[in-house]
Amino acid sequence: MKREALGVCIIAAVAALSSAGLPLRAQSRSMPAAKSQPAKPAAGEAAKSSPKEAAPLGIGRPATPAEIAALDIDVGPDGAGLPPGRGTAADGAPIYAARCAGCHGKTGKEGPNDVLVGRLTGDAFPFAKDPRAPKTIGSYWPYATTVFDYIRRAMPPDAPNSLSDGDVYNLVAFLLVQNELVPADAVIDAASLPKVKMPARDHFVPDTRGRPK
Amino acid sequence: MKVSRRTLLTGAAGVVALGKTAVASAQAPADSTKVRGKPSRALGQRAPTEKPQRNARGATSSGTPHQDLMGTITPSDLHFERHHGGVPDIDPKGYSLLVHGMVERPMVFTLADLKRFPAVSRVHFLECSGNFGGRTGSVELTPQVVAPLTSNSEWTGVALATIFREVGAKPQAKWFLAEGQDAALLTRSIPIAKAYDDALIAYGQNGEAIRPEQGYPARLFLPGWEGNSSVKWIRRIELSDRPFMTREETSKYTDPMADGTARMFSFLMDARSLITYPAYPVTLTRGWIEINGIAWSGSGKIKRVDISTDGGGTWAAAKLQEPVLSKAHTRFRHRWNWTGGEAVIMSRAVDETGYMQPTRSELIAMRGVSSVGYHYNPITAWQVRADGTVVFRAEEWT
Repeated sequence: MKREALGVCIIAAVAALSSAGLPLRAQSRSMPAAKSQPAKPAAGEAAKSSPKEAAPLGIGRPATPAEIAALDIDVGPDGAGLPPGRGTAADGAPIYAARCAGCHGKTGKEGPNDVLVGRLTGDAFPFAKDPRAPKTIGSYWPYATTVFDYIRRAMPPDAPNSLSDGDVYNLVAFLLVQNELVPADAVIDAASLPKVKMPARDHFVPDTRGRPK
Repeated sequence: MKVSRRTLLTGAAGVVALGKTAVASAQAPADSTKVRGKPSRALGQRAPTEKPQRNARGATSSGTPHQDLMGTITPSDLHFERHHGGVPDIDPKGYSLLVHGMVERPMVFTLADLKRFPAVSRVHFLECSGNFGGRTGSVELTPQVVAPLTSNSEWTGVALATIFREVGAKPQAKWFLAEGQDAALLTRSIPIAKAYDDALIAYGQNGEAIRPEQGYPARLFLPGWEGNSSVKWIRRIELSDRPFMTREETSKYTDPMADGTARMFSFLMDARSLITYPAYPVTLTRGWIEINGIAWSGSGKIKRVDISTDGGGTWAAAKLQEPVLSKAHTRFRHRWNWTGGEAVIMSRAVDETGYMQPTRSELIAMRGVSSVGYHYNPITAWQVRADGTVVFRAEEWT
């Protein structure tokens, strides 16, 4: 094939790829000569949303609000996604004893699985130096909302995803009280949980490996 | 055709032998050219004398037998496992992926939908960030025990960028949550730039459907990043302007540092290498051998692997198997004449960014001795004893 003809083929192929919605960055990386080739203008609403976007291919179907609500159980650090309801340590204690103590111990300190309860003294954060320091909710977890999210989605392992939202609030309240993060009579709900100050929060930093110094 | 009683009996014995492949080798004929071979069959099997096995590490993981492998591709049934709620059994007909949040068009994609998108295939390693098994103090450790949780496959799927264009990702979306359909409903928050770089929704592994342990029928695949973030059995993706701070990215998979901080979202798997031959429990005989192993980097291509046979005193560059692929296991080979006597052999990887695999002391100076040991990629040594036996060189960790 002649060089000119090959060039035309590449341009045609790039145009075809663009209209097929393939990653433009990937194209420009593998074919630097095609960088100046203008991307095909995206049609309709796609053009409004993102400059990176090409026309959709029409694959898949719209999700209904009910479908999204059925699966969207995540809770954010700001409390977004927390359901209605409330819990207290008094109501959480019997649930903990029945559903959790077998793996995490009578008070949350005994194991045999992850130790959940325990505080560090002062500003100590000894985890890099002491391999035996347990990463408890009170010593290591940076966000209280994570406790709700994780219990609801994954605990207990013998019956995952089986606790009611009320049970989860009660368990969270119990664990926060055991860790001395809230007063014994605290009521945990969507408003109060994100406000719980976690001692480890300020120790967490972004990873800077692999980035220009 | 006249069938004698003797032929019938022999035939029956042959059928029994086929049913018990373990004993078939014991019954291999003295001269295979004098006996008609087996007929064709629907599903191939390993030679009965070859029995590579993953090593189960409790109920939640098993490791790749690196010492039994050659080249770069990990056979799919030997790919390592790590799961947090067991391996789910998912009917592909009922499977779907929901993409919602900060998008113009929340959408549902069936498995057939995912396969309709333009497909890409790429060879990449996948490594769990907790992949160092050399801290037991024992010297009788195989490569499979020292680095069980890395494997290398050709992955096929749709670029996540293609799906994000299909749903119209909004410019304010900076992160996305990936959620699995396992009993742990495992979730991780991923920076959206990774989606536009090289992330896949993968449904293929080494030319066929992904294995259940690797996320059947579809998984997120993030080349070069810690395995936990490549969420398997993916059922939902939610785009957001901030991370979700899930359990896996806060109380787990964070790295306490010597200075009293802890790194979050430490996705990158740094360069590492491992000699897979000679290694425990091999016994060498004198003469030329080929030291070989695997090297890999989450930052790109392996540029060089250095070999030392004198405990790090001198180093020589090994030959790299071509083609060297980005974020993929790379086989290295180095000829060495073992003339007897003790020796310590080790490898160190250098990737295309210039990053050099660190020593254990360098890692500890920087990171302290972590209780879990995520992202530990130290130079690993094997000790050759005077009698030719090879053992792992154990080092003090605590």
